Amino acid sequence: MSITRRHLIRSGMLGAAGLLLAPRAGAGRAWAAAPAPKARAKSIIQVWLWGGPSHLDTFDPKPAAGYNYCGPLDKPIPTNADGIVIGELLPLLAKQADKYSLIRSMTHGINAHETAAYSVQTGRKPGGRLVYPGMGAVVSLLEGYGAGYTGLIPPYVVLTEVQGRFSESGFLGPRYAPFATAGDPQQNPFVVQGVITPGISDQRQRDRRALLHQLDTLGTALKGQATLEAFAQGEDQAYELILGESGKVFDLSQEKDEVRERYGRNTFGQSCLAARRLVERGVPYITINFKGWDTHKQHFQAMRQRLPQLDKGLAGLLQDLSDRGLLDSTIVWCCGEFGRTPKVLWEPPWNGGRGHWGPVFSALVAGGGFKGGHVVGASDGKGEEVKDRPVYPADLIGSMYELLGLDPDTKLPNPEGLDVRLTPSGDERQGRGERLAEIM
Amino acid sequence: MRAFFIALVVLLSTGPGTAGQQPARSPFETASAPAARTRLDELVFARLKRLGLQPARPSSDAVFVRRVFLDVIGTLPTADEARAFIEDPSPTKRSALVDRLLEREEFADYWAMKWGDVLRVKSEFPINLWPNAVQAYHHWIRTSLRNNVPFDRFARELLTASGSNFRVPQVNFYRTVQSREPTSIATNVALIFMGTRAEAWPADRQAAMAAFFSQIGYKATGEWKEEIVFFDPDKAASPAPTVAGSRVAILPDSTSIRLSPADDPREAFAAWLVSPRNAWFARAAVNRVWFWLMGRGIVHEADDIRPDNPPANPDLLAYLEREFRAARFDLKHVYRLILNSGTYQLSSIPATSSAEAEANFAYALVRPLDAEVLVDAVCQITGTTEQYSSAIPEPFTYIPPDQRSIALADGSIRSAFLETFGRPPRDTGLLSERNSRPSAFQRLYLLNSSDIQRKLQQGPKIQALIQARGDIRDVVTGLYLAILSRFPNEDELKTAASYAQSAGGNRRQAGQDLAWALINSAEFRFRH
Repeated sequence: MSITRRHLIRSGMLGAAGLLLAPRAGAGRAWAAAPAPKARAKSIIQVWLWGGPSHLDTFDPKPAAGYNYCGPLDKPIPTNADGIVIGELLPLLAKQADKYSLIRSMTHGINAHETAAYSVQTGRKPGGRLVYPGMGAVVSLLEGYGAGYTGLIPPYVVLTEVQGRFSESGFLGPRYAPFATAGDPQQNPFVVQGVITPGISDQRQRDRRALLHQLDTLGTALKGQATLEAFAQGEDQAYELILGESGKVFDLSQEKDEVRERYGRNTFGQSCLAARRLVERGVPYITINFKGWDTHKQHFQAMRQRLPQLDKGLAGLLQDLSDRGLLDSTIVWCCGEFGRTPKVLWEPPWNGGRGHWGPVFSALVAGGGFKGGHVVGASDGKGEEVKDRPVYPADLIGSMYELLGLDPDTKLPNPEGLDVRLTPSGDERQGRGERLAEIM
Repeated sequence: MRAFFIALVVLLSTGPGTAGQQPARSPFETASAPAARTRLDELVFARLKRLGLQPARPSSDAVFVRRVFLDVIGTLPTADEARAFIEDPSPTKRSALVDRLLEREEFADYWAMKWGDVLRVKSEFPINLWPNAVQAYHHWIRTSLRNNVPFDRFARELLTASGSNFRVPQVNFYRTVQSREPTSIATNVALIFMGTRAEAWPADRQAAMAAFFSQIGYKATGEWKEEIVFFDPDKAASPAPTVAGSRVAILPDSTSIRLSPADDPREAFAAWLVSPRNAWFARAAVNRVWFWLMGRGIVHEADDIRPDNPPANPDLLAYLEREFRAARFDLKHVYRLILNSGTYQLSSIPATSSAEAEANFAYALVRPLDAEVLVDAVCQITGTTEQYSSAIPEPFTYIPPDQRSIALADGSIRSAFLETFGRPPRDTGLLSERNSRPSAFQRLYLLNSSDIQRKLQQGPKIQALIQARGDIRDVVTGLYLAILSRFPNEDELKTAASYAQSAGGNRRQAGQDLAWALINSAEFRFRH
């Protein structure tokens, strides 16, 4: 049943039917005008720079704007892609620019964390009646549970903590919420909540499970009861992860030391490595939540600490995905909820900090059908406003959905029974709703 | 225990009037036949009879004590409370327990949590009440429930209050509506107090109801995040006034009333809402309480009351509405009617198992414990605490270490456990937000997370139980009473003792495994 549905979505049949039925087809819907999408991407890795990274210090340097904008980071470096220059603390990513494109004109105009995060992860304007699901939850539905996904690892995994500023699953409900691993992949073992418990031997696991069965008095009295049957199934699945092969995906010690080094021996780097392993197991959506970008104070110190980790982890991931032939089918996208004030706040109490900046910021996209080596859009000379080609979160998310082969008119089930489509249209939409045609 | 069962079996097999009855097979039910004890039962049983359905047997004392604690105060009975109730010979002990529970502080905690879901009490996006307003609002809700304020007054105060969100907490009702459009407010009011989805109404009817909420003003003060909510007669009234200055507004039941420019239309709406001629108000309230206690509404979904979604048992619903009105909207009266009924006290082991039997309350529903109740129960058993966090760095979100989850004011205060076990996000106020389908990952968490393992290994209360002196059978009994609120039967005692024996001298580890097994049993995870 669900496989049929997946097949239909994949082949665009649902989309075609949707178009025939939709009276608004062609009414300014850039998405509807596109041919039925063909899936190129199978998985998405979202590198979420939690708190909002400075666009000037990462992917949109402005050396000409002077010290009050750049602070000490005023010597951006060229990359292996013609004409693309990035921040000086990203030398490894500079060697990979042929694999990714940069969007330098991301915008939503929101300066508060929770609403900006909501906007970037859902592609929706905050404030309506519904709370929309983030992209991971949508993929968990349309590429996961709603599409015959049978993997034991849930289809939407977060390394290692959820953000918690809004409910990621929105109106889709808790089934589509992310599985947050907890633990730290840099530690050995990576104690994934529920999967790994140090100190309990496999034998003891088996013994106490047998005891659990022997003492199942209610289960015996209610044999065949549907809720309890599902409960028992959940137990079987859990033990597949605890004692079976599936849980080994989180055992990073299976990787060679040199591979682990390449990603960087820190929580972020090893999260990137874990993400690659999850992609290899067919998990469709993985978010890496990388904390520490909300740098109101001590901004440049934080950049010197954070950016080398980002550089090594993300460059290692892109290189490794590419070497393994996975980059063509895996989208990697990296940004935060907004950028940071281009002008450095030298005055107390900030003493060299940067505030929240929603008018323009940058995103990196790679793989899964996105071309590398391009720049989309531009900010103005000081990185304060969009100069050219504004890209709204819905444009970026919609483009990724297209690469996954999802029809923009796919209806999303919601408790109020409203007609909600995958990609916003009309008043719900910010901007013109354009796909990122230049890099697809 | 065994002797007791044997005696029952003998009695049943020889006694009159038990033809066709099987002896009690389990610790979960009594051997007697179900009997209608109250007017409520007569209505339920009459309906079952018409449908040819057999009700389940009455639940055992052990099942009842656990169920009623969980349902009424969201709290597991302690081992002492369970033992005392089970051993109490009084024939009126069940109703006496109901009375005691309704007066417990946890009653107010638990029901403020349930109403907090519906009213969406939360600091963060998309509600954005912010912490100090959340604390004030939660305190008001909790105090109202604790004092059993008549429900019409509760509703009227929420709908008509004006003032500062810090000083007049009721005004936060309006501040939880994400878009402050009159239509959104009306939709929210319809959901909460009429149990119906106004989104599905025709546009003119929606607009008519929205008119009552079109003159609400909001203004900031000099204090951080303070906001005054007030009746603003200068806002364009809708529908437009006639020459004489008055206007006609149309209520959801299609009756119309005349409003003068000085009238706060919210007052007129609230007066209509709680008046005896309005069927929605009492129906929505009793159906919701029924849903909360029984696990399924008489109208199902419990907050989707509409003409084409009829109640499973119309007489039952009408009876509860009448009782609620006659008792001047006394919520605890409705609780007592339900909790003291034979229907509520039926076992969860069906005599006839079918969707129809379930919808007509022929047996008690098996449903998972709320996330908050479950984590509190685990902490109570083990003697440990839970770690909470909030994304908003404000002093109002200081959380004491012994905080119980059911008493959390703020839906934005989180813990890994609560997220995993489907605590509602409080985005919509819909009852369906609370996840009642256990997931494989929840199972994984209880079976094998280091959080649970730590509680079992280090919790002082569970360690004391495991290391109690005396016979292994006493240890097992102690664990059963603390975790499952009942005595173990002979088979269970034997199984547990032999597990301990096979573990050799490691009684501590065996005890931990036994506690682990009970906490992971269906009997613990579900209210049954």
